Amino acid sequence: MSKYSLTLLAFLFFVLAVGLSWAGTLSPYLQLVLMFVGVNIMMSSSLNLVNGYMGEFSCGHAGFMAVGAYTTSLLTVWFFTSGSVFGPNLLPPAWAAALFPFILLFGGLIAALAGLLVAFPSFRTRGDYLAIITLAVNFIVKSAIENIQPIGGARGFMGMGRVINGMKEVADIPWMMIWTWVFAFLTILLIKRFVSSTYGKGIIAIRDDEIAAEIMGVNTRRAKMVAFMLSSGVAGLAGGLFAHILGYINPGSFGIMKSTEALVMVYLGGMGSLSGSVLSAIVFTLLLEVLRPLQLYKWVVVPLILILLMLFRTEGLLGHRELTDVFPRLKRIFGSKEEVHGAL
Amino acid sequence: MALFEIRGLTHFFGGLKAVSNFNVTFEGGELMGLIGPNGAGKTTIFNLVCGVYHPSHGDLRIEGRSLSRLFPHQVTALGIARTFQNIRLWPEMSVLDNVRVAHNYKLSYGFLDTIFQTSRYRREEKGIDRRSEEVLEIMGLRDHARELAKNLPYGLQRKVEIARALVIRPKLLLLDEPSAGMNLGEKEALIGLIRWIRKEFNLTLWLIEHEMRVVMNLCEKIQVLDFGEMIADGRPDEIQSNPRVVEAYLGKEID
Repeated sequence: MSKYSLTLLAFLFFVLAVGLSWAGTLSPYLQLVLMFVGVNIMMSSSLNLVNGYMGEFSCGHAGFMAVGAYTTSLLTVWFFTSGSVFGPNLLPPAWAAALFPFILLFGGLIAALAGLLVAFPSFRTRGDYLAIITLAVNFIVKSAIENIQPIGGARGFMGMGRVINGMKEVADIPWMMIWTWVFAFLTILLIKRFVSSTYGKGIIAIRDDEIAAEIMGVNTRRAKMVAFMLSSGVAGLAGGLFAHILGYINPGSFGIMKSTEALVMVYLGGMGSLSGSVLSAIVFTLLLEVLRPLQLYKWVVVPLILILLMLFRTEGLLGHRELTDVFPRLKRIFGSKEEVHGAL
Repeated sequence: MALFEIRGLTHFFGGLKAVSNFNVTFEGGELMGLIGPNGAGKTTIFNLVCGVYHPSHGDLRIEGRSLSRLFPHQVTALGIARTFQNIRLWPEMSVLDNVRVAHNYKLSYGFLDTIFQTSRYRREEKGIDRRSEEVLEIMGLRDHARELAKNLPYGLQRKVEIARALVIRPKLLLLDEPSAGMNLGEKEALIGLIRWIRKEFNLTLWLIEHEMRVVMNLCEKIQVLDFGEMIADGRPDEIQSNPRVVEAYLGKEID
C-alpha cells in the first residue's frame, strides 16, 4: 500500500484542486497561482535534468518555453478561432477540448527540436562556453519572435482565451487546471523514470567524469542530445500551458528574467534532486505571490534570499538528495521502490 | 588472426611526436607490460587504443576490425576496457551504479522504453542488476555496493574501477598504473588480484606500470618506451639487463 501512497497523494491533490476550482471555492487568483506552481514545477525539473543531473549550465530555458508557447498558441488559434490573422476557424471550436493535449505535445516536440540548437554545440564545448551558447539561443528565439510581425511581434499574441471558451462549451470544467497538473505529474514521472534507468544514469556519469563515461561505453553524444531535447521539450510543454493559462503572450515574458527564475528554482531546490525541484517550484512561486505587496522591492528580497542560501547552503535545499534521503521516515510512508541510488 | 594488433602507430600533438612507429601483437591470453619514464607516451598509446585520440598514422585492429576511426564507446563495445592512471570513477554515484552504468555499451532498449518501462526495459534492467551484483560479489565489494564511490578508500576505489571494467566482459583489459598511490601491502594484494581476475575471466591484459616489483612479477613480456619510441622488448629478465633501458631510466654512465 505504501508503494502507491505517493500516487494516491498526487491524485488527491489533483481532485481537490480541480474540484475546488470547479465549485468556485478557489478564487480565480488562487487558481492562477496554483496553475503557475504546476508550470514552474515543469520548468524547474526539466532544467534540473541539464543543470543538475548532467552538470551543464543552461541559462536560456525560457527560449524553449517561448517556442512551445508560440507553436501551441498559433496552432490552437488557427484551428479553433476565427480572427484577422488566420481567417475563419478550420475546425469546430469544441474540438479543442479533445485536441488540445495533442497540440500541446506537438509544441513540446518543436521545442525539443529547438533544443538541438544547444545539443550540437555541447558535443564540443561545455561549462562557461556552453552557457553563453544557451544564452544566445534565448536571445535568438526572443528576437526572432519580436520581428515576426504577422504574429504580433513585440506586441504579443492573443486569442487563446477564445480557445478555452470553445472548450468550456463542451463542458464547464476548469480545463487548464486539469491539463496543467496532468502534464506536471507526467513530467515528474517522466524525469524520475529517465534518471533512474541505466540509460538515463549515463548523463549523471557525464557530469561526474565525461571522459570516463565515454570510455566506459556511454554514447555521450546521444545522451546529451536526449537530455537537451527532453529538457527543452518539457519547457515547451510548460510554455504551451502558460500561454493558455494567461490567454496572452508576448516575447518579453520569455526573456532572461524567465530563464533566471528557472535557474533560481533549480539552485534553490538542489542540483540533481527531483523532489528538490518540485519543492522549490512550490516555495518560489508562493514566495513571489506572498511578496507581491512589496511590489518592485520583491526583486531585492528574492535575490537576497538566494545569496543567503548560496552562502549557508551551497547545495540548495536538497542537493543531490531526494526528500526520502533527508527524512528516512518518509520512505516508510511513501516507500520509494528504489533504495538509495547514490546521486539520485 | 591475432586478437589485437597495432601496426606502425604514430601520433603527433601539434609538432610533438608523442608516439612513433609503435607495434604490438596480442595472440590472446598474454599479460604484457608497457613501461618507460614519465612522458614516454604510454598513456597516449592507451588513449589511442580507446579512441580518445585518433592516430595520425598506423592501424589498430581487434579481431581484424579496425579501431582507428571509432568513438570510445564503440571501441568499448568491441571488447576493450580500461582503468585510469588517476582513478576516474563517477564519484557522486554509488558503487553499484558505477558498475551498472558501464552496461550502457550494449543496451538494447531506447529512450521510449525507459519512459514507458516496457517489458524489454524491465527484463534488461533486471539482467543488469543481477550481473552488477555478481561482479561486485566476485570482487568482494558487495558490502560497499550502496556507498558513494568517493567515500571509499583508495585501494577499494581501484577495485571498483576494475570491477566496472570487467562488466564490459573485455577481450582486452588495459590497466594504466594500477599500483599508483598504493602502499606495499596493497601492491602485494593487487598482484594477487590481477593474477586471479586474469584466470577467472580469461583475460588478455596490457599493463602500464612504474613499479618494477609489480611489472617484473606479473608480466611475461615487456616493452619499454622512451620519447614515444620502443627501445626494448622482451622477457622481464632480458629487460632488466638491457643497457638501453637502464640508460633511459637512470641516465648514461660517465666513464
